Amino acid sequence: MERVPGMTNYLDFEKPLAEIEGKAEELRAMARQNEDMDVEEEAKALDKKAGDMLRDLYKGLTPWRKCQVARHPDRPHCKDYIEALFTDFTPLAGDRNFADDLAVMGGLARLGDRPVVVLGQEKGHDTKSRIERNFGMARPEGYRKAIRLMDLADRFNLPLITLVDTTGAYPGKGAEERGQSEAIARSTEKCLAIGVPSVTVIIGEGGSGGAVAFATANRVAMLEHAVYSVISPEGCASILWKDSEKMREAAEALRLTAQDLSKLAVCDRVIPEPLGGAHRDRTATIAAVGTALEEMLAEMDGKSRKELVSARRKKFLDMGSKGLAA
Amino acid sequence: MNWITNYVRPRINSIFSRREVPENLWSKCDECGTMLFHRELSDNLNVCTHCGHHMQISPRARFKALFDGGIFHEIAVPAPVTDPLHFRDQKRYPDRLKAAQKATGEKEAMLVAEGEMGRTPIVAAAQDFSFMGGSMGMYVGNAIIAAAERAVERKRPLILFSAAGGARMQEGILSLMQMPRSTVAIQMLKEAGLPYIVVLTHPTTGGVTASYAMLGDVQIAEPNALICFAGPRVIEQTIREKLPEGFQRAEYLLDHGMLDRVTPRPQMRDELITVTRMLLGMPPAVKGNLPAPAPITEAEAETPEPSESAKAQVKGGEAPSPTPKAGDKPAAKGANAAAKGEKTAK
Repeated sequence: MERVPGMTNYLDFEKPLAEIEGKAEELRAMARQNEDMDVEEEAKALDKKAGDMLRDLYKGLTPWRKCQVARHPDRPHCKDYIEALFTDFTPLAGDRNFADDLAVMGGLARLGDRPVVVLGQEKGHDTKSRIERNFGMARPEGYRKAIRLMDLADRFNLPLITLVDTTGAYPGKGAEERGQSEAIARSTEKCLAIGVPSVTVIIGEGGSGGAVAFATANRVAMLEHAVYSVISPEGCASILWKDSEKMREAAEALRLTAQDLSKLAVCDRVIPEPLGGAHRDRTATIAAVGTALEEMLAEMDGKSRKELVSARRKKFLDMGSKGLAA
Repeated sequence: MNWITNYVRPRINSIFSRREVPENLWSKCDECGTMLFHRELSDNLNVCTHCGHHMQISPRARFKALFDGGIFHEIAVPAPVTDPLHFRDQKRYPDRLKAAQKATGEKEAMLVAEGEMGRTPIVAAAQDFSFMGGSMGMYVGNAIIAAAERAVERKRPLILFSAAGGARMQEGILSLMQMPRSTVAIQMLKEAGLPYIVVLTHPTTGGVTASYAMLGDVQIAEPNALICFAGPRVIEQTIREKLPEGFQRAEYLLDHGMLDRVTPRPQMRDELITVTRMLLGMPPAVKGNLPAPAPITEAEAETPEPSESAKAQVKGGEAPSPTPKAGDKPAAKGANAAAKGEKTAK
């Protein structure tokens, strides 16, 4: 396993792995300073040990660990996907009403030759951008911007691609004042009304109503370690267990993993991640998402506007009718 | 003074405490603490006669007051898979469901019915906050879809009374999926050109507010109802400051342009009749004490899948009489005035 240079963020369950990978790096650093030393063999043994450990850790990630991976700060975010997968990206801003919400980014772009409207929540990658993006938690103006862009896609027959990565809609005073619930409701309504193919990829966290407002699409795909839930495991634990430390149990009970959601027919497709999560090989992850997007859009080629709308509605009306047996 | 406190009061108290007082005859207003006699309270639709505070009202009690003569026909809701996720927290979800069913006597958190309101045929759905906080799961989604389908089939408006803490966590993602599912139901109504009126009652929060409860053609709320997406506690934790008095209450939402009206419960029925009839292009309703409508016959009430719960509910003491649908024709002015007089004389 090749170590990603500059990767400094380990999750709590990756601690033993961090130690071994750290040791291997230390050895190599020493060898670079002292040419007589031959550490390659030892370092390789450590690499192998780290690789095995990584495989073991990620073989059966528990739902709570998946939540942690889905929130990993080094995970590729919406902006990374848009920059890498699309050409001619032209960001479009504002809700024509109040403000431009930077938690939501979107605009016109080309996926291959195909012009599309792309839309997603961006969490930011450092303190400055995270604050600017409000940690990917949209306010009403963000949802109203999304509605505007969906309308644009609908009017000009452009497929809609949404990339979902949000803890949830922002719970703030101003957001409530300006009608957070109405904005989310209208955004979901718009998702269901547009006569163009729509595809969603949940790339990290799909947090509750804030995610549904973007993810009500013809096709819903999830990355292997992404999660999608009605409430965060911490929130659920504090309400039902009266103890927010019970998030492991809550994550288990909520069935928020891509694998469980496929069984419930909520997720149509799971996009595999590289060993150790999307952040260990961002390029490969982004490419896999690109392929999945093209394939899902191709499935809907030639469908009429009416067919697309009624298929989407049917998909959601039927959802859940079979429980876990779906 | 001593004589009163030491002698008279204990004597009076002892007389009253010895008498066997049937329970539940009196209830205390949550807001002002006034003791209210049960009949007086239910006659006033669970609104405190002293301070006007709106207390919870069950969907059944609400429908009894909403429909003419208290007569309505319950619409069967297709039963979803019970406990789809095999959810277990400190209790098993099926056990929580059973406890709620026992406590409320209802099957689930939403009741759907059709009937006439001021001689205006409608479909109504009401959420039951006492049933697991009115939470929205598969059943509530199915109920809204069933209500919308019936409304479209019969070309009737849908009036929905919302009351919920939000999505039902025990159904996980499937509860979240009721946001798009219920939205599809509302779209069916809109495409059929039928009015969809939402009455938001205390409390309407979370995913319910962020879907069907905010998509009405007309949005009316009961006074002081808490209506929000994120609850006040969550916001206070996030922004770490105290929220102003009345924040996220019905009047506050009205001020911020999120509602059309705030209407007290005792006036709600008349307002709904007036608004619905205008939206449907019908003449003004005859106001007054009209005889109860004829009970819904089985042929009329026929459902696609008739079931036990789909039987006509006949409530109220008035004898059903075969009245023609008076409201459909413009009523004579004299009769209208006479009816009004009768009402005020009451």
